[in-house]
This record gives sequence, C-alpha cells and structure tokens, in this order.
Amino acid sequence: MADSEATTDVIYKTDDLIAQDIDAYLEQHQHKTMLRFITCGSVDDGKSTLIGRLLYDSKMIFEDQLAALESDSKKVGTQGAEIDFALLVDGLAAEREQGITIDVAYRFFGTEKRKFIVADTPGHEQYTRNMVTGASTADLAVILIDARKGVLTQTRRHSYLAHLIGIRHIVLAVNKMDLVGYDQATYDAIVADYAAFARSIGIERFVAMPISGFKGDNITGPSPNTPWYTGPSLIQHLETVEVDTTADQAKPFRMPVQWVNRPNLDFRGFSGLIASGAVRPGDAVRVLPSGKTSTVTRVVTLDGDLDEAVAGQSVTICLADEIDCSRGDVLATADAPPQAADQFESTLVWMADEALLPGRAYWLKLGTQTVSATVQAPKYTVNVNDAGGAGSHLACKTLDLNAIGVAEITTDRPIVFEPYAEGRTLGGFILIDKITNATVAAGMLHFSLRRAQNVHWQALDVSRAAHAALKNQQPAVLWFTGLSGSGKSTIANLVEKKLHALGKHTFLLDGDNVRHGLNKDLGFTEADRIENIRRVGEVARLMTDAGLIVLTAFISPFRAEREMVRGLLAAGEFLEVFIDTPLEVAEARDVKGLYKKARSGQLKNFTGIDSPYEAPENPEIRVDTTRESPEDAAERIVDHLLGWAPTI
Amino acid sequence: MSDSTVLTHLQRLEAEAIHIMREVVAEADNPVMLYSVGKDSAVMLHLARKAFYPSPPPFPLLHVDTTWKFQAMYELRNKMAAESGMELLVHRNPEAEARGINPFDHGALHTDMWKTEGLKQALDKYGFDAAFGGARRDEEKSRAKERIFSFRTASHGWDPKNQRPELWNLYNARKNKGESIRVFPISNWTELDIWQYIHLNDVPIVPLYFAEERPTYEWEGQLFMADDIPRLERVLGYTPEITMKSVRFRTLGCFPLTGAVESTATTLPEVIQETLLTTTSERQGRVIDKDAGGAGMEVKKQQGYF
Repeated sequence: MADSEATTDVIYKTDDLIAQDIDAYLEQHQHKTMLRFITCGSVDDGKSTLIGRLLYDSKMIFEDQLAALESDSKKVGTQGAEIDFALLVDGLAAEREQGITIDVAYRFFGTEKRKFIVADTPGHEQYTRNMVTGASTADLAVILIDARKGVLTQTRRHSYLAHLIGIRHIVLAVNKMDLVGYDQATYDAIVADYAAFARSIGIERFVAMPISGFKGDNITGPSPNTPWYTGPSLIQHLETVEVDTTADQAKPFRMPVQWVNRPNLDFRGFSGLIASGAVRPGDAVRVLPSGKTSTVTRVVTLDGDLDEAVAGQSVTICLADEIDCSRGDVLATADAPPQAADQFESTLVWMADEALLPGRAYWLKLGTQTVSATVQAPKYTVNVNDAGGAGSHLACKTLDLNAIGVAEITTDRPIVFEPYAEGRTLGGFILIDKITNATVAAGMLHFSLRRAQNVHWQALDVSRAAHAALKNQQPAVLWFTGLSGSGKSTIANLVEKKLHALGKHTFLLDGDNVRHGLNKDLGFTEADRIENIRRVGEVARLMTDAGLIVLTAFISPFRAEREMVRGLLAAGEFLEVFIDTPLEVAEARDVKGLYKKARSGQLKNFTGIDSPYEAPENPEIRVDTTRESPEDAAERIVDHLLGWAPTI
Repeated sequence: MSDSTVLTHLQRLEAEAIHIMREVVAEADNPVMLYSVGKDSAVMLHLARKAFYPSPPPFPLLHVDTTWKFQAMYELRNKMAAESGMELLVHRNPEAEARGINPFDHGALHTDMWKTEGLKQALDKYGFDAAFGGARRDEEKSRAKERIFSFRTASHGWDPKNQRPELWNLYNARKNKGESIRVFPISNWTELDIWQYIHLNDVPIVPLYFAEERPTYEWEGQLFMADDIPRLERVLGYTPEITMKSVRFRTLGCFPLTGAVESTATTLPEVIQETLLTTTSERQGRVIDKDAGGAGMEVKKQQGYF
C-alpha cells in the first residue's frame, strides 16, 4: 500500500505554523482563493470515499467524528475492518440505510492555497436534476471512473451534462487503481476510450489521472505505485486551475440590479452582484432594457468607496443622472451592452415529475428578472443514455423528469440576456410552475430568434378606449368554467340574451363551436387543451380591444390556463364565473351522452372521469346549480357585471 | 482591462451572502433575521449591515429567548441591535415560562419548548414569511444537504426528500399558502471562515469566546459556567461546587447546556489557534445532536427546529 504521508503534510502543513506563529498563518490563509467543483460517477465508483478522503487528509474531521466514523464503519460500513470514508459524507438517515447518496451534498475542505466547496452528486440516472444543480455553480468537474469497469453509460451522461452546463475544467479520475494492480495499460486504454468519446461531444480538453481514493494514491502528491504517471496529483491540479470569477473579469461589465438602495432623498444606489467585467467611478454605463446611459459616480460599500469592483463582488453603484432603474434591470458597460429579446432557442433540463406542457405559462427567472414565459413543443430531446451516442437527438412532444431538450421559449416582455456560452448569469434561467411554485426546469438561452426583433407592434389610431366609448360600455370577459354538462352554455346564453336586451354589444365564444373552426386541428390531450384555451384567450382579448363584452363557455379545467387568460387582459376585465355543479349531478344530467361514453372507455381524457378539473379558488362569481336556477344565476351575473349588486 | 483582481475565499463568501440577503428582501413580504447572539449570528448581522449600507437592514432581529442564556449574551444582543438601527424582537414561549421549563429538570423538553416551539410561535405571531438563519453546512451531516432557501410547511416541518433544486445563484422564493422559508446566507462558510472573517472585520462577539477566570461547576461529567448561581441553586436544589477556572466557550447556547473548555486563549488569534489545533468538533459541547443517535438533527429539523 502506498503511503503518501510526507506529501500530505506538505500540502496541509498547518500544525507547526499554527502553533508557532498564528498571525503568520492567518495572514497566509486570508489570501486563499476558492474553487467549487463537483464529483460525479456511477454508483460505487467511489465518490463518497474520495470526498471522505479529501476531508480526512485536510483534517476537516475531528477526533470525535473519527471515533464515530470508526464505530459506524464496523456497524454499517462496506470496507470490512477498515475505515469507510463514504460514511462521512452520506448524510441523511434514509441514505445511510440504503447505502447510497440521493441528493446534492456540499462539503468543504481547504489546503494552504485554496478553500474548496465540493458538490457530491449522485450517480443514479433518475437524478440528473441533482447533477445539473451541483454542476451549475462548479468551476471544475471530477469524473470518476472505476478502473475495473472503464467508461460506462453513466460516465458519458455525466460528462455530457458537465459540458452542457459549461464547466471549463474536466478531470478524468481513474479510480480504484489499487484494484487493477496500478496497471498502466489499463489506465491508458480507459483514457484513450474516454478521449474519443469526449471529442465526440465537444469536450476539447480534460486532465486524466490514475488515483485511489481509498488508498490515497495521487491525491495529494505523486504516488510511488504509479511511477509511469508524471502529471499533477488531484489536489495539485485543483489548487492551480483558474476559477470562473477570475475569467469573468475579462468580459464586459454586467450587473443585474437586485435592489434599489434609497435610505433618504440624498442617496440612491443600485445594489447587485457583478456578473462580469469590472466597474470604476467615471465609467459610462447603460441601463437595460431602457438603453439610457449615465456615468458611475461611486462604488459604495460599508468599508468605504471602492476605486474598482470586479466580477464576483456585491456592491452598490451610484450614477450621475436620475434615470429610471429598478430590480430586473441590468447595468452594463455603455459601449457593449447585452441585448433584449422575447423569443429564444434554449436547452431545458426538466426537473419535475409533471411533464412540460407546451403552451402553458411558467414563471421564468433569469438574473433578477422574473417574467411569464411559454415553451413551444420541443424540437428534440438529447439522448444521454445511449451507450454509443450520448448527445444524439430524439423526436419528442414534451419533456419528462430528467429529460434534456431543445425548445423555443417566448416571454411576455423582452428580457435582457446573453447567450449562456458567454455568461451564466444572463444566460441561465429557471422555470417555476405558477400554481405549485416548484422549480420545474433549468434552462440555457442560446440565441434570440429573429422573429422577436422583426415583428413590431402596429400603433393604431382608433384606440381600444375609443371602441368602448362608441359602444357606451366597459369591455369585459365573462369566463364560464365548469364540468361538462354543468350548465355553462345554458347560463352564458341566458346572460348574453339579457345583455343584448339591455343594448350591450356582446359575443359568446362556445367551446363546441370554436372546435368546428378556429381550433378544429386540436384534440383533447393536455397540450391541446392548453392551446385551445390560449387561442380562445387571445381571441377574447382582441374582442375586448374592439370594445365587446365577451362570454366564453369552456370546461377550461386547468387553473394555470385560466390565470394565463386573466394575465392577458387589463385588470378587472376578466371575471371568472365558476358553474359549480358536482360531478354526480352533471353525470346524471349527461345532456350530450358524453359521460356514458367516457365511463365505457369510448372517450378518453374526459374531464372529471380520467382527466382532472382544477376548481377556481377565488372566482369572481360562483353559481351552485343545485341551489340556483339558470334564470336567477343569469340575472345575478348581469347585475354583477354592470355593477348593480355586490358579489355573493 | 487591468490585470485581474483575484478575490479571496472570504470576499467571495461575503459577496454570496450579501447577494442572498438582497434576494430575500426583494422577493419576500416580511423577512426577519434570527439572532442567537453567537458568533455565526454576529457574522450574519455584520453581513446584513454590509448588504444594505447605507440603509439599515430592512428587517427586524428576532431573538427566541429561553431565559437561560448567558448574561453577556443579553448585553451584546441589546448593544448590537441599537448599533445596527434594527428593531429587536424577543420572544419567550409563554407556556415554557409558566411551567418553569429548565434544562436540568426537563432535558430535551427544554430545547423543544423554548426553542422549537418558541420559534414557531414567534414566526406565526409576526407572520414572517422568510427567516434568515446562521446555520452552516459544515456543522452537521443533514445540513450539508439543505438548500440555501429551505422551505417549511405551514406546520414548520422540513421535507428533505422534496427540496427545490437550486441552480447558479437563482433562488426561487415563491411560496405556497402557509409556507415559509428559512434562508441560510452563510451555508457555505466553515467554522474557520467565520473566525477569520471576525478577525479581519473586527466583528463584535460575546466575550465568553475568550478565556477568562470564571466560576465553573461540573454536571454529568462536563464543565459548565455558573452564570447565575442563585438560579442554579433554586433549580438544582443544592449548591453546586464552584471552582474558578480559566475557561472559554466554543459555542454559545443556554449556560447550563453549553460545556466550557479550559483555555488560556485571550485574543482572537489565540482562539483561532486553539480551534485549529483542537481535535474535537464544534458541536460536541452541545447536547442536542446526540439524541436519537446519528440522525438527531435531521429528526429535530423535520419537527421544526431551526
């Protein structure tokens, strides 16, 4: 067994200096830099053991923890009588029982030169989201390979993901060399195999090294067991690679504004974390997306004003001019600002159990901007599991949990962005489900689509207010929602008749009717139902622009789409009318005989039977048809619309 | 472009913590900072003052008190609140107060009622939807896997299997009804980082971290400080044997639950020196992690302990 005690001491040479000259030690350690990296590999490639070893060697575990580790190793360890380093890092109780790592865990250790943050990410293929999460903040990835097994499907998958997320430094750590007798031929064959694969997916450079996390070979210094290897040890390499924040300083200045600091009338500063470049007083800057320019007067911190601030620092910037600037805006160097756009091609990593619904509106958060966004049906998914061709494309209609795909994204207003390859801060985003508030996807913007730049809004002389004034009414949408057979069409029809009799200009969009024309190309899958409602929402919006009172009668089962339509309209113009008829009542009525068909299986995706109905939580008007006649309900809705009576 | 400025690890950790705090202030309705008066809280408060300077931090400090803290902690708490210009809210669980819950007679129930229940009560009482906490991932195994924005159910429970992915430095602060967020801005700091930061920034900390001749007594095999002798006598029913010893504390909690260590470290570099050379981990002085075997903290957090 190799014993690299001597080198370990050099790298972690602390005790003597600490004991003799603590001030000198502190001085030295205050100038350390920080590197974040991830370790990835298949189950049993020895990730946890390697990290445990790094913590152990850098004395990041204490005597009492070591004692616990020794006793745990005997109880639940997998290394017989020896210390099972993996137990140091496998945290949650459930995992300790299963003996696997199931989530991203962050670990810390340091050498004389650097502090390290390690994201330990799992090897199971269903946990792509964890690996992508851990990789998103990493400067470097350590891809572990079991020397006995060589390049596996999981190796390819992890390498692809690390490359996708833009990690610039890849280390191929051929682990468990002790179990193949430190055989150079085995190592060389694995490296050659990996090199061919790496090239095929666009990884230009990687550093390979033969190690043993268990025995400690080539971890802190050269191992006598691998005299044929002349490259750096793992720690030596980790201590010297360039970190991303340093590289980011060479790029143009960008700072997303997080918060406007205004303690009194005399001070107005813009607070944020500098994403790239540097900033000094006197620099000309531009506020995006407005494009207004000004000059930096001060870079303010509690420790005094700075002459210069660089990528990676959190600062507060004051400008010479009183220009509009708030959270979500981006401060950038005046002569090379980023662009704004509202349509993009992007890569998405889907992270939720519920699949992507093309056409549904999600929140998109990029930098400090949060906007509403819809995703088109993906162009393809990327196959990262195929043993031969990780990175090959497959046709698809949606993205399921852990799927990676390329799709167009449209935002409801322009956002300031950069291609992800040029900057993670203005190119990386998350998608958030509007109802569950879960983070459902991570995405990377590649480029804006030309359409966004070329389609302009045509300003019209006869305004929407003029249309409404001529008709002497307030435009509105009465959105009837409820189960099939609940009475939506019946009541909507009565309401329209009453409004018409009162001289109001109305139009009723009926679910069945639009499916004969406008939406005859759509079926009843979730995606088609969403598109159905989106189109009806847009038509309803055009009609309100024309000054009409629009009535719509659609099952519209999903809350998210009803909220999407509400978002299309001016405040107060969308009135949700919930025709609340219990399923058994609607089914008993079964006016069109549809429930019978659905129950017998002739009709698929039928709301209430094998497709969900998400009832409104706070409808403007609720009608309980078991207690109120259609006539009375219609009367009440008209009163509410025209402001004649309070809502019940 | 000038030559690159290489940021140190402390500069980067500071920038990250400030970024996190500003995100919370921008996105939460009613944030609060939990302030335990320990060294991690001291650093967190200092970072908050940096994050919003020249404004005072735009949220109050909340101290969930057990009435059993060291006197020196109460003194520093009041001083720091005044200096930072922040409102100080102090909550004591009225039921624990009425029942006289104490660390000697009630063991684990003391922590549960004063701290776990007390915290829940205070968050509910003021309707805080985001609470900054000074927990670090290097403290304990289950913390290593906790997100920076960590969600709690309406009943303040934590579900480790159902955490939102956190990518880049994008934090999703959107809550469902009744949910609240615990935010840990110094998640990525280690104990050494904290000490170095205190040293470099002259962050005020409780003098108990430095060695001094103090009245001590032994209880269940550990050394404690007799911070309030009359009260100790009342609760113990006898007068413990008091010995003057040069001691300091590696971590601060309730004085009868926080073990003292014999030490001569009277300056910060000496404290750091001792910390680095020591061979027992920080939390060993605290009794809380040892309940329920290796999974102690995880179980407590599922129940709502911070």
